Amino acid sequence: MTDKPRVGIFDFTGCEGCELNQLNFEDQLLDILAHVDIVEWREAMDEKAPEYDIAFVEGSLSTPDCITRINDIRRRAKVLVALGACAVQGGINGMKNTQPIEEVRQEVYGDDKYLFPTLPALALHEVVKVDYNVRGCPMTQIEFLKLFTALVMGKQPIEPDHAVCVDCKLKENECLYERGMICLGPVTRAGCEAQCPSVGQYCTGCRGLVSDPNLKGMEEILVQHGLSVDEAWKRLELYNANDLEGVR
Amino acid sequence: MGTDLNLKVKHLTRVEGHGNIVVNMKDGTLEKARLEIVEAPRYFEAMLKGRSFHEAAIITSRICGICSLGHQITSLKTTEAALGLEVSEQTVLLRKLCIHGATMQSNILHAYFLAAPDFLNVGSVFPLVGTHPEVVKRALRMKRLANDIGDVVSGRAVHPITPVPGGFTSIPSAGALRELKRRLTEDMYPDLLATVETLKSLAGAIPQFTRETEYISLRSDDEYALYDGDICSTDTGRVSDTEYLRMTNEFVVPHSTSKHCKVNRSSYMVGALARWNNNHDKLGDLAHTAASELGLTPNCYNPYMNTIAQVVEAADCAIDSIRIIDKLLADGLKDEQPNQEPTKFGSGVGATEVPRGILYHEYTYDNKGRIAKANCIIPTGQNLANVDDDMHKLVPEICDQSPEAITLQLEMLVRAYDPCISCSVHLLDVEFVNR
Ligand code: SF4
Ligand code: SF4
Repeated sequence: MTDKPRVGIFDFTGCEGCELNQLNFEDQLLDILAHVDIVEWREAMDEKAPEYDIAFVEGSLSTPDCITRINDIRRRAKVLVALGACAVQGGINGMKNTQPIEEVRQEVYGDDKYLFPTLPALALHEVVKVDYNVRGCPMTQIEFLKLFTALVMGKQPIEPDHAVCVDCKLKENECLYERGMICLGPVTRAGCEAQCPSVGQYCTGCRGLVSDPNLKGMEEILVQHGLSVDEAWKRLELYNANDLEGVR
Repeated sequence: MGTDLNLKVKHLTRVEGHGNIVVNMKDGTLEKARLEIVEAPRYFEAMLKGRSFHEAAIITSRICGICSLGHQITSLKTTEAALGLEVSEQTVLLRKLCIHGATMQSNILHAYFLAAPDFLNVGSVFPLVGTHPEVVKRALRMKRLANDIGDVVSGRAVHPITPVPGGFTSIPSAGALRELKRRLTEDMYPDLLATVETLKSLAGAIPQFTRETEYISLRSDDEYALYDGDICSTDTGRVSDTEYLRMTNEFVVPHSTSKHCKVNRSSYMVGALARWNNNHDKLGDLAHTAASELGLTPNCYNPYMNTIAQVVEAADCAIDSIRIIDKLLADGLKDEQPNQEPTKFGSGVGATEVPRGILYHEYTYDNKGRIAKANCIIPTGQNLANVDDDMHKLVPEICDQSPEAITLQLEMLVRAYDPCISCSVHLLDVEFVNR
């Protein structure tokens, strides 16, 4: 590319942890800035721009205003990248969709609930076309750098579709099931280098499911290791409630 | 004829989350001056219901990325209080070290990236890369080190991995801690001194505005309270953290998706300036030197000085981090497993000073270790009424200036609080009734 790509960064319903993770590339930030023009980023700057070569979008869509804004961004962006679990698969926000919406509002607002409109939290792809995903909660930094480099060099990024277990075995970790813990690695999409199991914490499924997950098998393993069937599905739903809707 | 003013800043930039500033003055009479919070609500309390005690901290840390460590530690303390889980001295030290890292990271990010552009008349930190490369590189170096503390001790700075109920899933190596100490001493220390110099040259741009209010923070006899302590008010003194509901009094206002708070006056302030006013006697020498260089004196009533108080705290965190690392190394690191055997199932409260002020969580667990009830009260929510009160005093004082100058001072005021709007609207969504 001769001209520097114009990049916009946008946030919807999320925790801004994915955006923050972009400011956390302290060592690479100045290099990144040398290769692109960041033309819009509310969290870090005042300026706004009419169009973008690449739009990075964090967060789920959960109000009518979100839907209007994402359509507008999509119209003005050549490439749209979903950043993190909230944007890619609904993530944590999806949990509120698992309870009847009336009940959720009752829990939070009590008698005032009819004053306050809300929508189920949606992943970006449920509303607009998403070109690429950077998964994780927060988005996996190594994956972001790979995708970023590929896009700037005009190459096709590769999205992994094997389970976290594969990477975990490659790192020669002791499996957490051997230690009496549970883990969602068998159905979760790799790409994080098994970051959590490598430091003794179970995989919570933040990167979303592989495209062909053996959910029945996963349920059996979790139940064998002490969870009730209901609890097993609750653990699976932590990040993947939207994808699991109606599956059980 | 009096002044007419009609200002609206939609989706204020360089703050976490979405908020608008609205000011309305007619014929010299102020009709409206407030910060409207328009962030979409996320319903965390509802999400927590029925979840295992293993998941509580994983979920609440996602209330806000920038405050994730604070939410996580507060959540763990709450769960431990509710389930009767004791933690070791090593766990407490490691947690305090994480909090120092997170406080440094957040305070430095705010001072350099979000607030400094106002003092230098630019719209973001990016133009400074060209005009002030040394300053930007220094800021990045300090942020990197603060984040590395999080990476080393908690597995990851944003949404930490290893802190769990009862302890840590893995313990950092002595070598990694030694390396952190080396960088704190050789890099962070001179960088902090240089930061003070840089800020001193900009301090003239800090607006001279004062409004005395009630200042509330934790207070401890042993140290500058961050990890725990009593709730302390400049108006009424100390009470136990279990009295948090009486010390917050959340209430709904129509212009904000986040609830407001008040105790003894119409509003109160939490955060670095409140901590400074309550606990400056517990800070070390470097912090006191920085404070006097930067003109921060005890009982400071200028909210714009919050940014300065943050830098003063960052200095103290760096020095105390070195002390903690020395203690951990001298005691010898123990490869402990987290204590996850509940001795009871009940309710618990946790209070922690996170960068923006006191954070409270309270959970009630059922007898299977699942959350039956959850409540979180967030620092930014506690500050919102205070911001509005500041605006009500400030606008009449500056209303003869140009709209641009007024807008800038209002934006700087809101940014000085370092509001974290993502956090503050974990709960509520209210339709605007008067727009
Ligand atoms: S994916 Fe995780 S880190 Fe990113 S915005 Fe959502 S909750 Fe925050
Ligand atoms: S620890 Fe988790 S990710 Fe690693 S092999 Fe075991 S189940 Fe798979």
